[in-house]
Amino acid sequence: MAEISSLIQGFGIALTPFNLMLMFIGVVLGVIIGVLPGLGGANGVAILLPLTFTMPPTSAIIMLSCIYWGALFGGAITSILFNIPGEPWSVATTFDGYPLAQKGRAGSALTAAFTSSFVGALVAVVLITFLSPVVAKFALQFGPPEFFAVYLLTFCAFVGMSKGQALKTIASMMVGFALAAVGLDTVTGTLRLTFGFTELLQGFDFLIAVIGLFGIGEILLTLEEGLAFKGANAKINLNVVLETWRELPRYWLTSLRSSAVGCFMGIVPGGATPASFMAYGVAKRFSKDGEKFGAGQVEGVVAPETAAHAAGTSALLPMLTLGVPGSPTAAVLLGGLLIWGLQPGPLLFQEQKDFVWGLIASMYLGNIAGLIVVLTCVPLFAAILRVPFSIIAPIIIVICAIGAYTVHNSMFDVYLMMVFGVAGYVLRKLDYPLAPLVLALVLGDRAESAFRQAMLGSQGAVSVFFSNALVGGMTTLALVLLFWPLVQAALRKAKVG
Amino acid sequence: MDDHNDRPAATTRTLELVVAALLFLLGAVVIYDSVRVGARWAEDGPQAGYFPFYVGLLVCVTTAVVFFRALGDKAKAAKAFVTRGAFRQVLWMLVPSLVYVGLIKPLGIYVASTLFIGFFMRQLGRYPWLKVAAVAIGVSVVFFLLFEVWFKVPLPKGPLEAWLRLD
Repeated sequence: MAEISSLIQGFGIALTPFNLMLMFIGVVLGVIIGVLPGLGGANGVAILLPLTFTMPPTSAIIMLSCIYWGALFGGAITSILFNIPGEPWSVATTFDGYPLAQKGRAGSALTAAFTSSFVGALVAVVLITFLSPVVAKFALQFGPPEFFAVYLLTFCAFVGMSKGQALKTIASMMVGFALAAVGLDTVTGTLRLTFGFTELLQGFDFLIAVIGLFGIGEILLTLEEGLAFKGANAKINLNVVLETWRELPRYWLTSLRSSAVGCFMGIVPGGATPASFMAYGVAKRFSKDGEKFGAGQVEGVVAPETAAHAAGTSALLPMLTLGVPGSPTAAVLLGGLLIWGLQPGPLLFQEQKDFVWGLIASMYLGNIAGLIVVLTCVPLFAAILRVPFSIIAPIIIVICAIGAYTVHNSMFDVYLMMVFGVAGYVLRKLDYPLAPLVLALVLGDRAESAFRQAMLGSQGAVSVFFSNALVGGMTTLALVLLFWPLVQAALRKAKVG
Repeated sequence: MDDHNDRPAATTRTLELVVAALLFLLGAVVIYDSVRVGARWAEDGPQAGYFPFYVGLLVCVTTAVVFFRALGDKAKAAKAFVTRGAFRQVLWMLVPSLVYVGLIKPLGIYVASTLFIGFFMRQLGRYPWLKVAAVAIGVSVVFFLLFEVWFKVPLPKGPLEAWLRLD
C-alpha cells in the first residue's frame, strides 16, 4: 500500500507545531466566515489568499483548506440556531435543524450536524487518499484533447444539473469565459478585449470577481431581506453530546447513503448545495420516519450535513488530480496553487509529493480540529451573530475592500470589486447561477489552451475529440449532459401530451 | 406608508430584459473584438479570437432567448424585482460603500474605513457618538496592526498617516 506510507509521510509534514497552529487558526476563521452573512468559503479564502503569498505553499494550503472546513462546519450553526443558512449548502439543514432548536434540542441538532459533517468529510478524505493517486496516474496519459474533454464535461455537468435554468447557466458560464479571455493572449501575443485600457492588460483576476460577486453581492441581498438575527440559545454540554452520539449510529445507513451522494456530487462538479438537498430528499424517502421530516428529526439534519461536507471535501479530488475544481472554493484554492507556482494536475502527484500528501494528511487533522473547535465554541460563534448588522456590515465591506486591494496592490481592483458586487446582486436575484461564472473565469485560460493544442494537433479537425474511446466517451457524456435539460423538457411534454 | 414601501421599484421582467440586453451587448462586443484580432484558422493554428468568438456567440444566443422569453412572461411582469422599501435599504448600503471606495485613495484606507463604519453605526444603528467613535477607530487600529505590523502588507495610506509618520 504505497498510499499508506505516503500518507504517514504526509502526517510527518503536516504535524509541525506551526502547521497545527495554522490549522486551528484556519478552522476558527472559517467558522466565523461561515457564520457571518456576506462572507463564505469562496470569498473568505479569496480574501485571505494574498496573505499567504509569503508562506511555504504546504502551510498556506493547510491554513486555507482549514478555512474551508471551518466554513462548512459554520454554515450549520446559523441554520440550526437562527433558521438562516450561513452558506447555501446549509439551506437543507434548516428544514429539521431549526424545528429541533425550537423544541429546545438545539444542542442535539448541532452535535448531530457537526458529527455528520465530520463523518462525511472523513469518508471523502479516505476516498481522496486512495482514489486520487489512481486518478492522477491515469490522467498522466492525458493529452490536450482529453483535458479539454474533462473541462467540457465539467461545464456541461453544470448545465445538466441546473434546475430549469440551463440557458442562464450557459450565459453565466460564457460570461466567465469572456472575462477570462480579456488581456494579453499568451499564445499569439495579441491583446484581446482591452480596448486601450492598460488596467485590463492582465485581465480580470478571479479573486476580485469572487470577493465582489459573493461578498458585496451577498451583503446587499442580506440587507434587502432585512435580517434580524433572533435565535435559539446554544448550549452544548458533554451530556448532550454523548447522548446524541449514542443516537447517531442508528442512522448509519442514512450517513452512508448521504456520503455516497455527497462524494459523487463533489467529484462531478455538482457541488455541496445540490448534494445536501438530494441527500435530504433521499433520506426522507427511505426513512421509516419519512413523514415526520421537517418537524425536527435528527436524521433530517444528519443527511444534508453529511452530504454537504462530503461534497465539499471531495471537490478537492478533481482539483488536485486533474486541475478541475469541483466547487467555487476549490477553484479559489486552485488559483492559490497557481500563484504559489504549483501546476495542479496529475504531475503534482509526481513532482510535489510532500505538498500533496501534506495536504491530504492535513484534511484528516483539520477536520478533527474542526470538530473539536465547533463542539466547544458554539456559544462564542453564536454570539458573533448577535453583533448588530449595522456594525458587522460595514466591517465586512472593509474586509472585502482590503482583500481586493491586497491581491495586486491596486485600487482599480477595489473599484472592480464594487462593480462585480452590484452585478452579483442583480444576477443572483434573476437566478443566474454564479458558480459556473467563477469556474469559467478560473479555468478559461487552461480550457482554451487545451482546446487550441488539441486543435493544433489535429489540424483543426473537431473529430480529435472522438479519436479514442476515452476522449470520445467523455465528450459524448458531456454532450448528453449538455442536452439533458432539453431531453427532460421533451419527456415532460410527451407525458403531458 | 407601508403600502408605498411595498410597491415595486422595478418589476422582475424589466430587470430580466435589461440584464439580458446588457449581456447580449457584452457578447456582441466579444464577437466584434474577436473578429478584429482574427477568429479564423491561420497557418500556425487558431487565431487569438478563435475561442472567444464562440464564447461571445453563445452569450448572444442564450441571452437573446432569455430576452424573448421574458418579453412574454406575464408572471414576471407582475412580480417585483425589488420593493421600494427594500430598494431604499439596498441604496443605504450601496451608496455609502461607493463613497467609501472612492475615499480610499485620497484619505487612505484606515481613515476612510473609520468614517465608513462610523457613518453606518450612527445612521443605521443610532448608537451614541462615544460608542461609534470607539468601535470605528478601534476596528481601524486593529486592521492597521494586523496588516502593517503583523503581516507587513502595506495598504493605501493618506495624509493622516503621513502626518503621524506611520508610512
